[in-house]
Amino acid sequence: MPDDVTSPPPADLYRQLLLCRRFEEVVAEQYREGRVPGPLHLALGQEATAVGVCAALRRTDVITSTHRGHHHCLAKGADVDRMMAELLGRRTGYSAGRNGSMHIADPDVGLLGTNGIVGGGLPIATGAAFGLQVQGRDDVAVCFFGEGATATGNFGEALNLAALWSLPVVFVCENNRFAELTPSSTHVAGEVWQRAEAYGFPGVRVDGSDVHAVAAASHEAVARARAGDGPTLLEVMTYRLSGHYVGDPATYRDEAEAQAWRDRDAVARARADIAESDATAIDDEISTLLATAVERALAAPTADPEDLG
Amino acid sequence: MTTTRPLKFWQGVNQALHQEMERDEKVVLVGEDVGGPGGPYGVTRNLRATFGPNRVRDTPISESTIAGLGVGAAAVGLRPVVELMFFDFCMLAMDQIVNQAAKYRYFTGRSLPFTIRTMSGSGGSYGAQHCQSFEAWFAAVPGLTVVMPSNARDAKGLLKSAIRSDDPTLVIETFGLLTARRDTPVDEDFLVPLGVAETRRTGDDVTVVATGRMVDRSLEAAERAAADGVSAEVIDPRTIAPLDRATIVESVSRTGRLVVVQEAPGPFSVAAEVCALAVEECFDRLRAAPVRLCAEFANVPTPQELVEARVPGVDAIHAALLTVTR
Repeated sequence: MPDDVTSPPPADLYRQLLLCRRFEEVVAEQYREGRVPGPLHLALGQEATAVGVCAALRRTDVITSTHRGHHHCLAKGADVDRMMAELLGRRTGYSAGRNGSMHIADPDVGLLGTNGIVGGGLPIATGAAFGLQVQGRDDVAVCFFGEGATATGNFGEALNLAALWSLPVVFVCENNRFAELTPSSTHVAGEVWQRAEAYGFPGVRVDGSDVHAVAAASHEAVARARAGDGPTLLEVMTYRLSGHYVGDPATYRDEAEAQAWRDRDAVARARADIAESDATAIDDEISTLLATAVERALAAPTADPEDLG
Repeated sequence: MTTTRPLKFWQGVNQALHQEMERDEKVVLVGEDVGGPGGPYGVTRNLRATFGPNRVRDTPISESTIAGLGVGAAAVGLRPVVELMFFDFCMLAMDQIVNQAAKYRYFTGRSLPFTIRTMSGSGGSYGAQHCQSFEAWFAAVPGLTVVMPSNARDAKGLLKSAIRSDDPTLVIETFGLLTARRDTPVDEDFLVPLGVAETRRTGDDVTVVATGRMVDRSLEAAERAAADGVSAEVIDPRTIAPLDRATIVESVSRTGRLVVVQEAPGPFSVAAEVCALAVEECFDRLRAAPVRLCAEFANVPTPQELVEARVPGVDAIHAALLTVTR
């Protein structure tokens, strides 16, 4: 077990992991009910990446997220009610219900935005790290992206520039094994984590089914960034248990492989770390939280053409 | 009495950067060659010496991430000025400009005080990948302000307004104008407001709307036309988006005639937009069909004589003024 300095209490980790898991399941139900006016990309199975990485962050640190980013938002402290309302197209949502899942942002908690463009957050996180450095702040920027984004030009540009300027940024490659509808073997040459070495900074691969391992790696990378020692590339090996989008049957996925990941599920493992009575209480707490969020969202007016501007 | 100096265009830009960086420590400057070399044409000279390497940084050749530096730094509290050396190079940064910066307020409800400076190569001998005019592309994107100064005074005043603006602004400088002079206030609080056209010459018979390098040519053509008995009004929109529609509509309603002059090709351009505006808003007042004088719809050549053959010259503008008022 990691020491207390590098990992939050087990109950807190389980609560956060479960929130991410159940949030996805609840919005998927709402989608199937026809209440989500837009596409939905779920991160089922990837919760430990967001929770583990964000365990090392402060509110004043900033992150950029992706089209598959609900778990990043929740782990960074975004408001559950406003997220749910945004996904359900309600005026009480983060963007008045205009923009939906791929465009949630909350600068007050350091969430600079999810993103509809694969790789689009890499330059922004690099720029945020630059801005923090110029101002002499010891906050850091964390850039979440999938392994699909490592094929974009932004990846090479951002790593090079962050290394040159020794920027306080942590690049977190959330390798969920699929870029849209295609396995990563078709998209990614070599090993992602090893690319950092060519730019002269550390690259670390970590098991994404172990939230403690992710948190420990994140603490080290974040501490390095805060100290002014520059960027780190973390490749978190995880697995996308959902399809690319809700409704994608994911026939391209090997079922035995998926089952092997389910058997190592980070949420279940975190639950096993705590007493059953505590776990049950957290289960109830999260169920109530999400049911309330749905109830509040559905009671709010839908997005209005007046809000277009 | 406002003190003015006959500054060159590049000096207006340089003075604006010095003044704004002096005024606000949150203003920073990044781009290829902007620091040590002072820019490929010296536009940013002395800024790093004055403000230091923390605030003035030379970047690698990474246009997308250079633009991203502006987005991210603005999101955490700076007022970055980003230089993308040539307008053509902005094509490599389109995602950050169009999909990210322009939509930040829409997604977050927050300001993004971010200025991009770029140079249209108009007037240079740099060929088809360094001299294009893309202002209409960016003017078509909600969330972007696009300015295009035609002289030193406006270059200074518009850039200062852009830096003080709370939203992403693209400032298009023009290579062929870098050494052109215009009297420019030295005052550090001199600003040219965004979204406001300037009527450079008043007249009664025809309205000329001209941008960038075509403004001085249109003024010269208007002087010649005056000798022929034609009174031409010359309007420089200065800001392409949002366009100062009221000034153009008022003028065209009065003169009944419109000639639009630009260095970009005509199809789907700023000139097309201005003509549409005149037809929509001044239809009953028009006494002749609006005229567009634009570059040929062909790629930009390299030799100077071919460059000039492709774009409207003073003779062509003069002839159009006589024809439209005939």
